Amino acid sequence: MDKFISHTGTAVPLRRSNVDTDQIIPAVYLKRVTKSGFEDGLFAAWRNDPEFVLNQPQYKAATILVAGADFGTGSSREHAVWALQNYGFKAVISSRFADIFRGNSLKGGLLTVVLPQSDVEKIWSAIEADPTTEVTVDLEARNVRVGSDAFPFEIDDYTRWRLMEGLDDIGLTLKNIDEVSRFESERPGFKPKTLPIRA
Amino acid sequence: MGKTLAEKIWADHVVRSVEGEPDLIYIDLHLIHEVTSAQAFDGLRLAGRKVRRPDLTLATEDHNTPTLNINLPIADPISKLQVDTLRNNCAEFGVRLHSLGDAEQGIVHVVGPQLGVTQPGMTIVCGDSHTSTHGAFGALAFGIGTSEVEHVLATQTLPLVRPKTMAINVDGELPAGVTAKDLILAIIAKIGTGGGQGYVIEYRGSAIRALSMEGRMTICNMSIEAGARAGLIAPDETTFAYVKNKPHAPEGADWDAALAYWKTLKTDDDAKFDVEVNINAAELAPFVTWGTNPGQGLPLSASVPNPADIADAEERGAAERALTYMGLEAGTPLKEIKVDTIFLGSCTNGRIEDLRAAAEIIKGKKKSDAVRMLVVPGSARVRLQAEQEGLDKVFIDFGAEWRNAGCSMCLGMNPDQLAVGERSASTSNRDFEGRQGKGGRTHLVSPLVAAATAIRGTLSSPADL
Repeated sequence: MDKFISHTGTAVPLRRSNVDTDQIIPAVYLKRVTKSGFEDGLFAAWRNDPEFVLNQPQYKAATILVAGADFGTGSSREHAVWALQNYGFKAVISSRFADIFRGNSLKGGLLTVVLPQSDVEKIWSAIEADPTTEVTVDLEARNVRVGSDAFPFEIDDYTRWRLMEGLDDIGLTLKNIDEVSRFESERPGFKPKTLPIRA
Repeated sequence: MGKTLAEKIWADHVVRSVEGEPDLIYIDLHLIHEVTSAQAFDGLRLAGRKVRRPDLTLATEDHNTPTLNINLPIADPISKLQVDTLRNNCAEFGVRLHSLGDAEQGIVHVVGPQLGVTQPGMTIVCGDSHTSTHGAFGALAFGIGTSEVEHVLATQTLPLVRPKTMAINVDGELPAGVTAKDLILAIIAKIGTGGGQGYVIEYRGSAIRALSMEGRMTICNMSIEAGARAGLIAPDETTFAYVKNKPHAPEGADWDAALAYWKTLKTDDDAKFDVEVNINAAELAPFVTWGTNPGQGLPLSASVPNPADIADAEERGAAERALTYMGLEAGTPLKEIKVDTIFLGSCTNGRIEDLRAAAEIIKGKKKSDAVRMLVVPGSARVRLQAEQEGLDKVFIDFGAEWRNAGCSMCLGMNPDQLAVGERSASTSNRDFEGRQGKGGRTHLVSPLVAAATAIRGTLSSPADL
């Protein structure tokens, strides 16, 4: 996983709340067995509309998505994170994220930033007034900077460290695999097994 | 201070706990399907890792499988590749798989309980948000992404932050014709699609205790639609009776030991939840959705809401967009909404009890000529049982299509989809834009409402017949 320390780019305003993962990428696009190539399915239904914000030329090069509340609800499909990343997004800002989507994004290095709705509104206004406005999402400093404004955000130390180091969780867990073995040796014998198959 | 049920199960699965880090939680059962596992197996291969516990892993084909002609090769080559990839991965890594045509194939959340691998006090994960279904057994069960699927395959654990706890107390008696589905739709409408974010919800109270296991699964299944990490119901005699004698239920001395443990799995009287919500079951009525998220629901006797009456600007905007998408006029009585398609199935309402309830309503009647009806059992086993009970004949005589098991039109990944502008009454769990097919319009309903609607052609409950 690439390290995430700070990212500066332009941002696109998505003034919708409750953007579920079926909107981010519809089910018919989930048939691939790779992690790449999902950009064609990103917001597929909405992108049919020429007026949709991602179709507007001034926002074509944006790398930060600024969305309404409750972004990423519904299905657990990590394809939603891959689709956003494949398209070119590095960070998503919203006042609330669905739990599974947030977990997936932080595993995969797409930084999801929680800001109060009032800050989201200010950023929307700034990037709508001038789509070339540079936005910096600074994980190290834990803030989002737009012009002279800096909006602080919270993220737990552990996740921040993992993202800044670009570490994958599996490698971290495997360092403690002896503790897993010890736990397994003490598990109750009545716990079910899927093998062998019992009719 | 005492512990909640969720806290007890959590504590029993902590492998490692270090200040400032997520807890490392042991996973008792990992369920797998074709759509969210391929990239995880690829990751294992790239790193030269094995599946740590194939004996705690179970795979089935459900999301992307056809419900017609299942004896033939899958027609869509991309779908076929995805299913073949699962078959190859399971063979390579030694994971048990129930494929199309197998009596145990079906929706992963129907298969686990029917095999008895879903038991109280377990931690259960699957790369599918409706894993919350298994919470009905008093198991801590939640959906995960593909990165986490790979993590569980490799280590049988997950690093997790302990969720907060919410109690939803449902006391009183559900009126006749009001089902678990109506109850959970009413709960989501009350607390909102984000109301459960960060929480494990424990459903409690006399109305919950009175539910069958199937009803409890319907409730826990849609916890995710309220944003919750998981839903949970304490196990009791209903649970124990359901699990007993299932193929993978403990036997002999193991059963006794398991039962003794399971009986400790309840929230202590002096435990404290972070949040409590109270609901009076007696006040509930058949409930349907009118919008494009599962929180946009109302009693069937109501009318399509007028966005202008909604105070919150964001909710108002969402309601306006939803009515445009759904092609509905504010003020229209919900019972006057004509539908084109009835979908009876899904991990929410595709179990035998759901099919029986719908069959009871339609028996000896003919469906409205204006609708098509798909009946998709949740698993091949459910389909077989329904056929033994003659339910297939009831549905076919009524004019419905009797299909093979799978997720089907719930998510419209296989050919079972709505056309643009087509309107469904669906016993599934999500009414998102395009969920059941691009441009399709979904009203979420109970099996009873689905059956009555199929007869009348407009959203209806059995009381309207």
